[in-house]
Amino acid sequence: MSGPQQELSVSLWRGGQDGRYENYTVPRRESQTVLDVVTYVQRHLDPTLSYRFACRVGVCGSCAMTVNGKPRWTCRTHVAKVAGKGRLEIGPLENLPVIKDLATDMAEFFQKWQRAKGVFAPSQTRHDPIAQIRPNTPARMAADAAIECINCGVCYAGCDTVRWNFEYLGPAALTRAWTLVNDQRDAGNRERLQAVAANGGCHSCHSHQSCQELCPQTLNPTAAIAGLKRRAAAAYLKGEIKI
Amino acid sequence: MNVRLYVWQRGTAALMAVLVPIHIAIIFYATRQQLTAADILSRTHGSVVWASYYGLFVAAASIHAAIGVRNILTEWSPLADRVAGWCAAFFGGVLALLGFHAVIALVLT
Repeated sequence: MSGPQQELSVSLWRGGQDGRYENYTVPRRESQTVLDVVTYVQRHLDPTLSYRFACRVGVCGSCAMTVNGKPRWTCRTHVAKVAGKGRLEIGPLENLPVIKDLATDMAEFFQKWQRAKGVFAPSQTRHDPIAQIRPNTPARMAADAAIECINCGVCYAGCDTVRWNFEYLGPAALTRAWTLVNDQRDAGNRERLQAVAANGGCHSCHSHQSCQELCPQTLNPTAAIAGLKRRAAAAYLKGEIKI
Repeated sequence: MNVRLYVWQRGTAALMAVLVPIHIAIIFYATRQQLTAADILSRTHGSVVWASYYGLFVAAASIHAAIGVRNILTEWSPLADRVAGWCAAFFGGVLALLGFHAVIALVLT
């Protein structure tokens, strides 16, 4: 045991969008993660509890939930770090429709990746020689800085602008767009800049930096969005894109 | 918000970053010199420079504020984007009308 407390008081969201929190008591264990707590409830207390996880090691990005008011990846969040008074409140991610209990519908989140043209547009074919990418160019370093996104939705759930303006593409989709804008092999930048410069695009961001603070991969979507704002504004002023 | 509105809002903000300090300096000067309204109007009457300076100020402030109000309405009110745009344009129009009225009074009185 890491502390004197032997039990944990846990409130879990049950039901759909208009559900409620229900209380459970879970044994406290050493090095216990929030995902361990949810799994304990489902396996020992209520098998009807719905939640989503896969890898349990911070790679797949599927286990994000709202933990004591903040979106977090639950598999890498230790109870000791977040349950200050021996209490945990675990809910579904905000800004996404609740399917049931702790599982949200991520469809809109990923559709926004499509809207932001987050798909690589090749400039060469498989018959061309392999592109030589220098890792120390500013563009490649900017692309590398954002490439580790695991699509967990934490930044999207913590974003005030998404909360106020559902049309907003969100930090994850825009960070993906910024990665591709800086990829010298990509040929889709005009369409991409056009997409992110439209209503609900990068210029809607208020730079509150919640995404940067909450990102479990310590990425900086705010900086990526600021880069997109500059690049799209320059393209607009040059007449390369139209609104 | 889209890139067109963004460029206009940031552009007018950049302009006002220069115009506002000058305006504040003028206020300080006028109060420290204890200038009366008649003193001020005697200096601004018929002046193309003052008309241009405050005309530019009114135009920049009206555009900048209208875009900001549009953002607030689209994010914080249930209005549709188009309706919010018209409301903000009306607000900007009223600001411009009042501002240009004041500028005309300043240089033609």
